Amino acid sequence: MSTGTLWAVVLVGSLGCYLLKLAGLSVPAAWVERPWVTRVVEFVPAALLAALVAVQAATSGPDLVVDGRLVGLAVAAVALALRAPFIVVLVLAGAAGALVHVVTG
Amino acid sequence: MPSSARTATLRDAVGLGVAVGLYGVAFGAAAAGAGLDTWQAVATSALMFTGASQFAMIGVLGAGGGAFSAVGSALLLGTRNTVYGVRLAPMLALRGWLRRAGAAHWVIDETTAMAVAAPDRELGRLAFWVTGATIYLGWNATTLVGSLGAAALGGTAQAALDAVVPAAFLALLWPRLQRSAREPGVQRRVALGGAVVALALTPFVPAGVQVVLAVVAVALAGRPRTAASPREGAA
Repeated sequence: MSTGTLWAVVLVGSLGCYLLKLAGLSVPAAWVERPWVTRVVEFVPAALLAALVAVQAATSGPDLVVDGRLVGLAVAAVALALRAPFIVVLVLAGAAGALVHVVTG
Repeated sequence: MPSSARTATLRDAVGLGVAVGLYGVAFGAAAAGAGLDTWQAVATSALMFTGASQFAMIGVLGAGGGAFSAVGSALLLGTRNTVYGVRLAPMLALRGWLRRAGAAHWVIDETTAMAVAAPDRELGRLAFWVTGATIYLGWNATTLVGSLGAAALGGTAQAALDAVVPAAFLALLWPRLQRSAREPGVQRRVALGGAVVALALTPFVPAGVQVVLAVVAVALAGRPRTAASPREGAA
C-alpha cells in the first residue's frame, strides 16, 4: 500500500471515528437507544476482536499457518487467566514468539 | 466530604490515564509492524484516538488488507463511542458547538467509564476531562516511543512483535468473556463465531475482508435473538 493510500486510510478512518463520537453527543437519545442498536453495539466488539485475534495469530495472506504467533497467543491466554497485567501479557507473548523464531530459525 | 471525593476522583482519573497511556507503546510498535511510518502512527493516535479502532485498523493493514476493510473495521468498533456520547451528553451539559466538538474527541471507553462511575454530575464532568487529558497526552507520547522503538528492531524482535499483536487483541477481548461481563455466554459464542468465520473465509477473500465479513455474519446469526427480546418485553 502506498504512503498516500495509508494516509488516506488514517485520515478517513479518523474522521469517521470522530463523527461517530460527535453523533452521540448531538443526536436525540431515542435515535440510538433502540434495543437492536444497543444489542449490536454490545456484541460487535467481541466478534471483531476475536476475528482479529484469529487472523493475526494464524494466517499469512490467504494461508492458515502455525508459527510462533500461535504459541505466543497460548502463553498470553494462560497469563490472562492468571490475571497478569496487560504489559506482562504482551511481554510474555513476545518472548514466546521470539523463542520459537530462534529455535525454528 | 466533597473535597476528598474530588481528590479521589482526580487520583483515579490520573491513575487510569497513566495506565492506559502505556498501551500506546504497543500500538506504536504494532503500527510500525503494519507498515505505518512514525508520522502516520502518531497522527492515528492524535486524530482517531480510540484504541480498539486503531488496533483494528492496523490489524487489517498488517494482514495485507485493503483500505476499505481497514477503515470499515475501525468504524465498526467506533460505533461504541456513539452510544457512550448519548450517555454522556446530559452529564457533560455542553453549551455551544465548539465545546461539544472538543469534548467529542475524548468520548472513549475509559472517559465514559470514569464519568459514569463518579458519585455525582460535577465529579463526573471532572473525571471525564481529567481522564481524557491524561490519556490523550500519555497515549500520543507512548505511540511515538513505540513506533520509534519498533523501527530499530531486528528479525527476532520482529518475531516477538508479531506475537505481541494477537496477544494485545486477546487482552482487549478477554474482559468481555469473563463471568463478570454482561451475558458472558453470548459474548463467548459471538467471539467463537467471529474467529471461526474469519479463519474459514481467509483462503477465499482479500486480506482484511474476512474480519469485516465475520462481524456481519455473526450479527446476522444473532438477528432472531435481537428480534425476540423486544417482543418478549411487549408481551
